[in-house]
Amino acid sequence: MPFHEMFEPDGSVRPCYDEVQQWVERTGIAGLNRRLDEAEAIFRRIGITFAVYGEGGDPERLIPFDLLPRIFTAQEWRLLDKGIRQRARALNAFLHDVYHRGEIVKAGIMPADIIYNNSAYLAEMADFTPPGKVYSHIVGIDIVRTGPEGFEVLEDNCRTPSGVSYMLENREIMTRMFPELFSQGLVAPVDDYPAELLKSLKEVAPPACKGDPVVVVLTPGSLNSAYYEHSFLADLMGVELVEPADLFVDEDRVWMKTTLGPKAVDVIYRRIDDEYLDPLVFRPDSLLGVPGIFSVYRNGGVTLASAPGSGIADDKAVYIYVPEMIRFYLGEKPILDNIRTWQCGKPDELAYVLEHLHELVAKEVHGSGGYGMLIGPKASKAEVEAYAERIRANPAEFIAQPTLDLSTVPTLGPASVVGRHADFRPYCLVGKQIRLVPGGLTRVALTEGSLVVNSSQGGGVKDTWVMQE
Amino acid sequence: MLSRTAENLFWMARYMERAESTARLLTMGQRMAILPGAHHREEWRSVVRATGAEHQFPEGKPVTESDVVSFLMLDLDNPSSIRSCLLKARANAKSARTMLTQDMWESLNEGWRKLDSYDIAEARAQMPTLIDWVKTRVMTFRGAADSGQLRNEGHDFLRTGSALERAQMTLRLLDVKYYVLLPETEVIGGNRDHYQWTSVLYALSGARAYHHVYGGTYTPWQITDFLMLNTLFPRSVAFCYHELAHRLQRLAGWHDHSGPCHETIDRMVAELDALDSGEIFRRGLHETVQHGLMMTNRLGFEIAQTYHFG
Repeated sequence: MPFHEMFEPDGSVRPCYDEVQQWVERTGIAGLNRRLDEAEAIFRRIGITFAVYGEGGDPERLIPFDLLPRIFTAQEWRLLDKGIRQRARALNAFLHDVYHRGEIVKAGIMPADIIYNNSAYLAEMADFTPPGKVYSHIVGIDIVRTGPEGFEVLEDNCRTPSGVSYMLENREIMTRMFPELFSQGLVAPVDDYPAELLKSLKEVAPPACKGDPVVVVLTPGSLNSAYYEHSFLADLMGVELVEPADLFVDEDRVWMKTTLGPKAVDVIYRRIDDEYLDPLVFRPDSLLGVPGIFSVYRNGGVTLASAPGSGIADDKAVYIYVPEMIRFYLGEKPILDNIRTWQCGKPDELAYVLEHLHELVAKEVHGSGGYGMLIGPKASKAEVEAYAERIRANPAEFIAQPTLDLSTVPTLGPASVVGRHADFRPYCLVGKQIRLVPGGLTRVALTEGSLVVNSSQGGGVKDTWVMQE
Repeated sequence: MLSRTAENLFWMARYMERAESTARLLTMGQRMAILPGAHHREEWRSVVRATGAEHQFPEGKPVTESDVVSFLMLDLDNPSSIRSCLLKARANAKSARTMLTQDMWESLNEGWRKLDSYDIAEARAQMPTLIDWVKTRVMTFRGAADSGQLRNEGHDFLRTGSALERAQMTLRLLDVKYYVLLPETEVIGGNRDHYQWTSVLYALSGARAYHHVYGGTYTPWQITDFLMLNTLFPRSVAFCYHELAHRLQRLAGWHDHSGPCHETIDRMVAELDALDSGEIFRRGLHETVQHGLMMTNRLGFEIAQTYHFG
């Protein structure tokens, strides 16, 4: 039996869920399901949608929303909070190191190959120090729970982790629809996230900035799958949402085209991938980029958040070493564990993986979004064999992890409250200070037994509560 | 403000105005097509002409209600169809999302794909309901902008787009129907022209307003005066010009800078203010309307230039 976050094995309710249990009893399952339709209508009207490429059908889809909140106690959050901040610090220290002296390699802790031959490593960033030594300004850390005390990190997201708009909107919908649940003020608020984000971004203004930093959010455009989030964050921070064509480079500064003429931009929270940033440096065929922006960045004329090349820190092959990074850079003991991971690039680990593939989860090192992975216990013999073939052809491209006994969270079913697997992504902000709002995004696999929480594959979202003391 | 955002607001307002105008034209078409002794085909052709898309319908071939409903309501290849306008207004809004209030966005987002599911037969059968729906959408949007949007330059760009589109609509309608307003037809046309005039007034939602200003009689001079020169009727050309002048002046104030569009609108207002309906007929109603269309087009072009639209 996996750990159920709401019910003890004997069926009694864990104390932090008491209030929710009473609410469910009061409203009834049918009543809650009716309210769910209402919630979806609100989402649709507000336009909180995400785009799915290449599947036809509705171009703007809703993420399924589950009404039952996922709850962390104050004590649980204290542990998570420390662990998340620790990891965000270590990842930034690592990024600074690999783009400078590479001490972690010299110390023999990480192999050079895994870093310098990695496509996520950006040689153009070498010897450059971004303002405040911050590379990843928003670190999204995907965490799963395995027991009352057990939290493990599934992966890190150091580039532009998405989904924070759902954290805010899920709470907004819940407070709008069920104000009584929040009336006692026991749930820690998350709505200061945009203000905290703006503070963090202003703290990393470039040397060329004089006065109050001008911050913008850079989006690829309104057809991007996360466009809603881009506009939402710009809106809540009260800053301009720009597209690449709104920006240009002149005299070592970046300018946006306004009705008043050009206006200098100091900090760009960019939601656009490295390779599309600047056609002069990265992909010359990119129509999206701002020519010359990277050179301005290196000369201190603008700050890019996150820094180009931050992806090296959230690479799946690098992930394995994060606990070592914490010991090496911070001299601390890791608070959050990694999941045991086998690297198929290592011959002895490859042998183990091939032998046990039917009981492991195997992933492509560079894959994301839950695509291209194999869940051994759920796969047919033929599927396992086909995947093994792929691994043998290119072992270094694969890792494998045990299928964890993941916790389940209460989820609204048609007739009862059911347990479904979930993960959790908090958004840690790094400027001169480290900030973390008490909450994050809980993604839930709505299919019974499923471990895949990605919205592109039928996952849903729910509100996440951190209880105050 | 970003030039792109200004452009999006300007066009969003234009498309919403245009959606309403097209809806009103369809109502006019239906009214005229049931008039006693009306030449149905030509009535529907004049509706298409008023949207500026007559070239889509070759001369000599009758234009049917079905053609027009399909073309003006549903056709995505027609930039003035209601469906196109609503989609484009929403795309503009999405791109300028941060400048819109939640209510404005919701008014554009709600039912944005409604017309996708209609075919011609169904659209014809439900035309009055659909037209009411479109008008309600546009009015909700306008109300949301009026009651919630910050009165910053974004609002001025929005209102500029809206006033320009409205002026052009009235001018185009006059351009199509000018011949029924020519004094000599008063004698010939009799009954039919009376209906023609009222239909034009209905299309501009000005029938009641007209009576308040001129009482119960219809004369070409009065109708021309009302649609061109009346400064109280919000769809008259003069009213729209004054609104354009006001908005552009505010924009010049925000930016402490004026461009060619400011000179042009000042000239347009001065020219129009110097006219009366007698003078319009002496110069030729058709010529006056054509001149107005040319000047509004030019103004649109100069606004884009002055504010660095894409």
